[in-house]
Amino acid sequence: MLSESLILATATDQPRMNPSLLLLLPLLLPLYGAVFCLLFWQRVRAQVFIAATAQLGWFVSAGLLLYEVSQTGFLTTQIGRWPAPFGITLVADLFSALILASASIVGIAVFLFSLQGLDSMRKKYGYFPLLLFLQLGVSGVCLTGDIFNLYVWFEVLLICCFALLALGGTRAQLEGTLKYVTINFFASGILLTGVGVVYSLYGSLNMAELAQVVRQPDHPNLPLLTLCSVFFLTGFGIKSAIFPLFFWLPASYHTPPIAISAFIAGLISKIGIYSLIRLFTLIFIPDAAFMQPLLLVLSALTMVIGVIGAAAQKDFRKILSFHIISQIGYMLMGLAIFTPLALAGSIYFIIHNILVKTNLFLVSGVVAQQHHTFSLKKLGGLYLKQPFLALLFFLSALALAGIPPLSGFWGKFMLAMGGFEAGNYGIVAVSLCVSLVTLFSMTKIWNEVFWKAKPPKSSKPAVAKAVSIRHPMLLYAPLVLLLVFILLISLYAQPVIALAQRAANQLLYTNSYIEAVLKK
Amino acid sequence: MEVLLPFLIGTLFSVSLYFILHRHLFKLILGLILFGLATNLFLFVVGGISTGDVAIIPLDKEVAEDPFPDPVPQALLLTAIVIGFGLQAFAIVLIRRVYETLKSNNLDDLKTTDKT
Repeated sequence: MLSESLILATATDQPRMNPSLLLLLPLLLPLYGAVFCLLFWQRVRAQVFIAATAQLGWFVSAGLLLYEVSQTGFLTTQIGRWPAPFGITLVADLFSALILASASIVGIAVFLFSLQGLDSMRKKYGYFPLLLFLQLGVSGVCLTGDIFNLYVWFEVLLICCFALLALGGTRAQLEGTLKYVTINFFASGILLTGVGVVYSLYGSLNMAELAQVVRQPDHPNLPLLTLCSVFFLTGFGIKSAIFPLFFWLPASYHTPPIAISAFIAGLISKIGIYSLIRLFTLIFIPDAAFMQPLLLVLSALTMVIGVIGAAAQKDFRKILSFHIISQIGYMLMGLAIFTPLALAGSIYFIIHNILVKTNLFLVSGVVAQQHHTFSLKKLGGLYLKQPFLALLFFLSALALAGIPPLSGFWGKFMLAMGGFEAGNYGIVAVSLCVSLVTLFSMTKIWNEVFWKAKPPKSSKPAVAKAVSIRHPMLLYAPLVLLLVFILLISLYAQPVIALAQRAANQLLYTNSYIEAVLKK
Repeated sequence: MEVLLPFLIGTLFSVSLYFILHRHLFKLILGLILFGLATNLFLFVVGGISTGDVAIIPLDKEVAEDPFPDPVPQALLLTAIVIGFGLQAFAIVLIRRVYETLKSNNLDDLKTTDKT
């Protein structure tokens, strides 16, 4: 990542930053940004300025954190100076730093897109502060070292998602939001129940201490560990749209404007998978008798059902929404195989997917800005009119489908290698077939939106409202930014893969995590 | 009392799920509230109930006098109540807006966005 390395080059010349400050900055910057935005209520220009500063700050702080963690391995701090199992622990390892860094890239891209791609009413009524609070929640989930705080951060993140999805209050949005709110409220309840059960059985909420407790072979409550893990599998399964629990996602992600749905669709379900991987590598290690086969079956079904659902859709955003589900299956696959290589594949795949999925959503947003519809039937002929947009879509779509040498290929390659090495041939076969169908879906969008001739105009009213665009080129800036990062992690994949492998090793050999948190 | 509470929680959970699955919008509100209550009560009971004093250490002692209830689940409970309250408030406002926009009480009418 070029710009980051530039910043880092200057940072290393100065004396080292305080590690606790480094951990806190990704939380504080969005928080202060949001609070200052609220002070300038309804004054869009001031809010844009503040939000831009906060986004850049978030990006830089996440980059610095990633750099520091890649040097030292772990960063931990205790808020309020209470020692580890009692206080509020913040901890960053490579996995969380990588996710945070990719989240901050997406944050900048979506912010840039919203400058031109969102109507002024929504900006006036709190889009920027909500986006920043949402990013605060994302940082919190990534950095917390405490299972109850994980739940609390998830609530912070969710309430912002609720408000963002409903922002504007059109009929479609309200319908989608109600479904989203109900199912996520339910999921949060299950999570909270799980936290209560874990505390009553193992007597701790600190993840590192819990990891230590469940590794004592003679702990009396050890047989109940799988029971606890089911609460978290269901809770985070709903939030990350795993197979039987995904129906809310295609019902709600296509309703809000793209500047909102791109961020939520690109990032939030991956944060669910992040928490799942974190908990299931640290505390609820999948056993070969029950949890591992269950995860394998779930991931295979998630992939297949998602991709079949996408094949049936005729709306740009709905196809992309169903593909989110299918891709969640790949991320779960690495966890189900549970070898270092497969987990590294999952981590790389999450980073790749956050970037690519957001970019595809933004492309659909640019298309809808100019043609006022997302329906594949009514679109057409864009390749002739906007070859550059077509190129942006083409590269991102191929990256999603996993054509070498683009980023999806590396993730799927590592996952497939991991699967073969572990002897899980079935899941590898399924994942490769699903890749093919993904390619089919992307070709469908390509054919309908970009390739075929534009159909004659129908008299039906437009679905997406036209927003006056003053600088149409500014709409392309976030797309190009994301594509640069996608190409970076595709063509310059080795450093990212090496980081993902180190992150996976950190996840699997938990002793270093436990020592980093508790022995300080 | 300790025998009764699990049954009460079970009833609350099942009633709330029934209400959430019901197609009437107001019952959805009731269901969400009851579900929040059920989780909170569950958290309270699973943390262990005891009849002792509070876990505050007297001035002249080093440790609190046994038996005392574990304060951590209660702290969690308080946080969860506050969070749940915020979410429920949002859900109620949202459902009111849905009702105003759709002019209908029936959740089955919320299907316009699913048509392909």
